[in-house]
Amino acid sequence: MKIYVCVKHVPDSAARITIVAKNQIAEDITFLLNPYDENAVEEAVRLKEQTGNSEIIAVTLGKQSALNTLQAALAMGADRAILVKTDNRPDSIMTARALKAAIELDGKPDIIFTGKESIDGEGMQTMFRLAAAMGLPVATNAVAFALAQDHAAVESDLEAGVRQELEIPLPCVIGTGKGLNTPRYPTFMDIRNSKKKEIRQIDMDDLGIEAPPSSMEVLELEPSVEQRQPKEIKGTPLEMVRQLIEVLRQEAKVI
Amino acid sequence: MEKIGILIETKDDVIKKTNFGMISQVRGQTRGLCALVMNAKGSLYQEQLQAYGIEKIIDIATGEGPLQWNPVAWAGAIISAMNQFGINTLCGLTSALGKDLLPRIAARLDAPLVMDCMEIDLVRHTAKKSQFSGKTVATIKVSGHHYVFGMRPNAAEAAPQPCESELIAYHVPAESPDLAVRQIKQDAAQGIDLTEADVIISGGRGMENAENFDILFECAQVIGAAVGASRAAVDAGWVPHTMQVGQTGATVNPKVYIACGISGSVQHFAGMKTSGLIVAVNTDPEAGIVKNCDYYMVADLFDVIPVLTDRLKAAVEDN
Repeated sequence: MKIYVCVKHVPDSAARITIVAKNQIAEDITFLLNPYDENAVEEAVRLKEQTGNSEIIAVTLGKQSALNTLQAALAMGADRAILVKTDNRPDSIMTARALKAAIELDGKPDIIFTGKESIDGEGMQTMFRLAAAMGLPVATNAVAFALAQDHAAVESDLEAGVRQELEIPLPCVIGTGKGLNTPRYPTFMDIRNSKKKEIRQIDMDDLGIEAPPSSMEVLELEPSVEQRQPKEIKGTPLEMVRQLIEVLRQEAKVI
Repeated sequence: MEKIGILIETKDDVIKKTNFGMISQVRGQTRGLCALVMNAKGSLYQEQLQAYGIEKIIDIATGEGPLQWNPVAWAGAIISAMNQFGINTLCGLTSALGKDLLPRIAARLDAPLVMDCMEIDLVRHTAKKSQFSGKTVATIKVSGHHYVFGMRPNAAEAAPQPCESELIAYHVPAESPDLAVRQIKQDAAQGIDLTEADVIISGGRGMENAENFDILFECAQVIGAAVGASRAAVDAGWVPHTMQVGQTGATVNPKVYIACGISGSVQHFAGMKTSGLIVAVNTDPEAGIVKNCDYYMVADLFDVIPVLTDRLKAAVEDN
């Protein structure tokens, strides 16, 4: 099988975000493989282990620095990688088109995995746009995945305590959720061997993508209001509970 | 003028209450607000929807009855209704269902989509949403022929504004979806949706084990609260991932968030920082959550929560 995994190079969730030029962030912070994409790479590697004769290709769109994230995917078990290079910040409408072009230029996918969302943009949509562009079926937030003859069985949550089981013909696009698997930590040897793997670089401008009819643009970023003014509730447990109940009743009006 | 359709989510034939906040937020910006309902039971909802200013209820079904749940078939049916009634802007909830449907619709229409919106401006075509783990609020400008917005549940207060509504049955043409729903599994254990709840009681590392979560469930049950957890509790295997609040779990927005034995990492705050009130119960006065909450008790949750359960029972009975 040819398994593609779309990954994204994102700021570490613990990093301090500094806004620059009104709508961008300072990039002098730690970036890493998007956590949900780790689940996507892990599932691809498991599928390869299960099917034997498979190849995993990690694909990303980004600046030169995104090579680090591809390297992380290679260390986890991807066989080779593709960087679609751009210094712009394409929206997911454009990103999906670029991923499609890069994948089609490379080969014929049997399955495409990607994380259910990125932790930077939190857009939750690129896999759907990629699938629509390629004419493939798609499921997101997969928490269970199994391969059958010509289809995949995928489970995802519909609401608290309600889960759907979908049957999706191959080829297809799967958005992976956190509960799907536990991503492996690459060993020292994995990391060393991954340095020998091939990373192909393509300039996004060379993909000949037509301008889409719609767009999404970040006009402005503002820091979230962070700081609350904590008030201590003191006393015996019973005294504390009485005060809390007053807060729930008077201030929050929830009882 | 934009024509707006609001996709209504129901559970067991009842409108989920977070729909009303969404309607209230969008209502002032348009006229002739439409609601789209998906189970051929529009008449059940008419009274409530018109109380919130919905003027037209489009009841989507097949000729034979309700359109069976299938995300692809539902997305197709909603697009078909949008075309039929000239709706160019669709709003829905950023719930698990919304995360499956709204991006499908946007992708098929090649329309811009902003998920998890805290605010939308239908005149300027902008939406505000959190990005970078909740550390920033982004204002996103959308352009296209259609627009799709996923609203953050509980982001706006529900405010009634009665009007007269018209109920229209719309029969969608059959479509062959490219995937099949084999089964819907109901998990008996947990009922209240984290994203829907007014009150969430969450446990972290301080819970010590899986069994102790019963203390939280018991307390939550008294006031119809949901029980959440920090990543530490999920990673320890005490509770399922579906209960996780935070960066890689659910983003919640309750009126009250009670954090029990949760230290309050950046990643946890990413999922609950917009809560109305944050209450921390923690033995460590230096815990991050204590430094950035509204009320805190430096106390052992095992001393406090059972008493809270007890007093809440009494309070509920008094009501």
